[in-house]
Amino acid sequence: MRGVLAIALLLTACVSPSRTETPQITDVTVFAGSSLTDAFARAGDDFTKTNTRVRFIFNFGSSSTLATQITNGAPADVFASADEANMQKVLDAGLAKSPRTFASNELQIAVPTGNPKRIAGLADLARPDIVLVLAAPTVPAGKYALEALAKAGVTARPVSQEVDVRAVLNKVSLGEADAGIVYVTDVRSAAARVAGVAIPDQQQVVARYPIAVVKGAKDPQLAGQFIDYLTSPEGQKILAGFGFSRP
Amino acid sequence: MLRAQIAVRLGTLDLDVAIDVAAGEIVAVLGPNGAGKTTFLRALSGLVPLDAGRVTLDEVVFDDVSTGIHLAPERRPIGVVFQDYLLFPHLSALENVAFGLRARGASTKNARAAAESWLDRLDLGPYKEARPRALSGGQAQRVALARALATEPRLLLLDEPLAALDASARGAVRRDLRRHLASFDGIRIVITHDPLEAVALADRLVILESGRVVQTGSPAEVTRRPRSRYVADLVGVNLFRGIATAGHVALRGGAAIQSADGVDGEVFATVHPRAVALHRARPEGSPRNVWRGHASALDFQGDRVRVGIEGEMPIVAEVTPAAVRELDLAEGGEVWVSVKATEISVYPA
Amino acid sequence: MSSERPPALLAALAIVGVAFFILPLAGLLARAPWQSALGELTTPEALTALRLSFVISLAATALALLLGVPLAWIYARVPFRGRDLIRALTTLPMILPPVVGGVALLFAFGRRGLFGQALDAIGIRLPFTTFGAILAATFVAMPLLVLTVEAGLRSMDRRYEDAARTLGAGRWIVFRRVTLPLIAPSVFAGAVLCWARALGEFGATITFAGNLPGTTQTLPLAVYIALETRPEVAIMLSVVLLAVSLAILVAMRDRYLRAF
Repeated sequence: MRGVLAIALLLTACVSPSRTETPQITDVTVFAGSSLTDAFARAGDDFTKTNTRVRFIFNFGSSSTLATQITNGAPADVFASADEANMQKVLDAGLAKSPRTFASNELQIAVPTGNPKRIAGLADLARPDIVLVLAAPTVPAGKYALEALAKAGVTARPVSQEVDVRAVLNKVSLGEADAGIVYVTDVRSAAARVAGVAIPDQQQVVARYPIAVVKGAKDPQLAGQFIDYLTSPEGQKILAGFGFSRP
Repeated sequence: MLRAQIAVRLGTLDLDVAIDVAAGEIVAVLGPNGAGKTTFLRALSGLVPLDAGRVTLDEVVFDDVSTGIHLAPERRPIGVVFQDYLLFPHLSALENVAFGLRARGASTKNARAAAESWLDRLDLGPYKEARPRALSGGQAQRVALARALATEPRLLLLDEPLAALDASARGAVRRDLRRHLASFDGIRIVITHDPLEAVALADRLVILESGRVVQTGSPAEVTRRPRSRYVADLVGVNLFRGIATAGHVALRGGAAIQSADGVDGEVFATVHPRAVALHRARPEGSPRNVWRGHASALDFQGDRVRVGIEGEMPIVAEVTPAAVRELDLAEGGEVWVSVKATEISVYPA
Repeated sequence: MSSERPPALLAALAIVGVAFFILPLAGLLARAPWQSALGELTTPEALTALRLSFVISLAATALALLLGVPLAWIYARVPFRGRDLIRALTTLPMILPPVVGGVALLFAFGRRGLFGQALDAIGIRLPFTTFGAILAATFVAMPLLVLTVEAGLRSMDRRYEDAARTLGAGRWIVFRRVTLPLIAPSVFAGAVLCWARALGEFGATITFAGNLPGTTQTLPLAVYIALETRPEVAIMLSVVLLAVSLAILVAMRDRYLRAF
């Protein structure tokens, strides 16, 4: 009896939103690299102010996970990748076309607040007393970190290759790691717990963020408007506020 | 000499007994289920702490609540044959018997040698390597006995040693057990609810009911003079309690009987059912004990019929099936009962 | 034993239940690259992860046995104030999201953790080490062993222990020579469950011990990392994980039911 009641409640819960809400509201599902978490939440709010008929559903994660999900049929309307390789996977699968680069991001060395190990640059990351964590080479942040270390001619031995860049940031902010290579935007988002050490231009790797409407989007026009907004001056201003550079 | 004063409260059981057992004696503690027999055995073993009392075996103090002495079970010179035997299922018969010696510090080699000789002694030679579950009930019982005896205890306790056996196997195993018990010279206490077993194995019976000793004595004494309904039922006699004055016994419940025994005061009186005569009409002549009742239950037992009589003087009679027909007895039917005064045995309570 | 015809509704729901478990496995097997299976499995990364996973899961099981059997004994035999609370606390990792477990381990044994600071001072570091991965696996898997062994202890006939004591065995000998052999099926079952859980452990490991091939990258971590770049490897590793676990679980069921 109780089971039947539970099922009934569940059904009501599933059915009721479409009945009670006005039909004009359109959901736009955005799959975005986890480094975009804070920026997209704000951009989404801003966009909704002028486009009241849209409601955003964000799915943040590592860009490679998201690309896998999309190629396996996840219902995304927009895909914003933290690198070009994962966007390429989606393009190759024929699930998107003509991506636009809407932002770029640079790398920084994240260290615990106060920089207790006095890390000045990438060369210090090879010091034996430094516990270094990187993102796994299979995720963009990890790949970029290795490129930067190579440019600097540094052979570093990370103790861990974390599954995404947020995990790297967490290990540093918890004090388990002395340093990690993350995006400038990550350091800014965790400014209370970590500090950033800049990487000079000649060792820098720039991550370009492509965005595209995914094939089969419920409202491609609306999805396109969101991409237009991100590349507009207002959108760029918000992104810059979170540490992103212009494309 | 075992001196045991044991008081234990456990759930609804209130056990309070005092028993002395002389060296070399075999005592059976007999009582109905729930009388506290197993708790008594566990208290002697040290597995249940006493609430009050003192237990000594010769000079060794097992328990003394007043001075806080409690000897751990593993330090008591005892051997226990448990109900269901509790042979360790993961060990062979030999390893079971060697267990106690090993636990008491013997080398593996010595323990095995001693265990082998015990198994041989109990005719278990071919079953040394057998696991307990491969043994018959009688074999398992002998392994359990060998295991208990192997440590050369001074006190051997057996809890319902025959209860786990089929009725068909019981007779032979009982004879064997009696022989083996006879060959052990320490104190032996057998816990049982089976009077046949108690009488067959023991020199002395201790009757335990509701946590109290109600009677103790040789099997002959106990069966001749039951002192409780339980024992009377076991022996199969009618038991009455009353006050005797020069052959006249005023029973509890109002009735009275006449006896030829010259005992005065608080007494028990017993009548064997075979001595109870039944009549269709009031009998004439010598019997001094005559009263009226009605048959309440007829229990056919082969060539005998036990007839329960209700009335002012409830009693059980034993007659032949022919007599039942002759008397035209039916349940609830009226009947006259007579017992000769010489058939009533009276003894002090 | 007579078989009984189940009510139609029960049968239908049971079939849905079975399908719910079988279909994902079928999906995995359907996508497995059988032609190149051996090649995928013998890549150095795969072999390293396989070897490391066995080392870590077996070490975690050993550690769980060492600590868990005594714990189960205490839970089953020693009534003390707060026992239920303590038991619940030590069972918590079973239902705690493993990632939270990993964070909790960091707060305790990490460099800035409650206990980790002292460890760090004497030069012992647990996060990012193989031993750290063993600890993480033990943390999530040991409760399974403790609960199984405790159930075994509670259902065993304690009179065997009494018998042993009257034969002269002290508490330790009773435990070692009577209790332990009698609950061996439960200990074995608990160890296998614990091992299977440790083998599949992901969240606590990646959070507490990180992910480094050859040091802390166990099979599930390797599967997760490989899933995005080399799905064939990931699928084959999962198939191996499944095959091994299935074999053990089937074997255990048989063994578990066949007590003395």
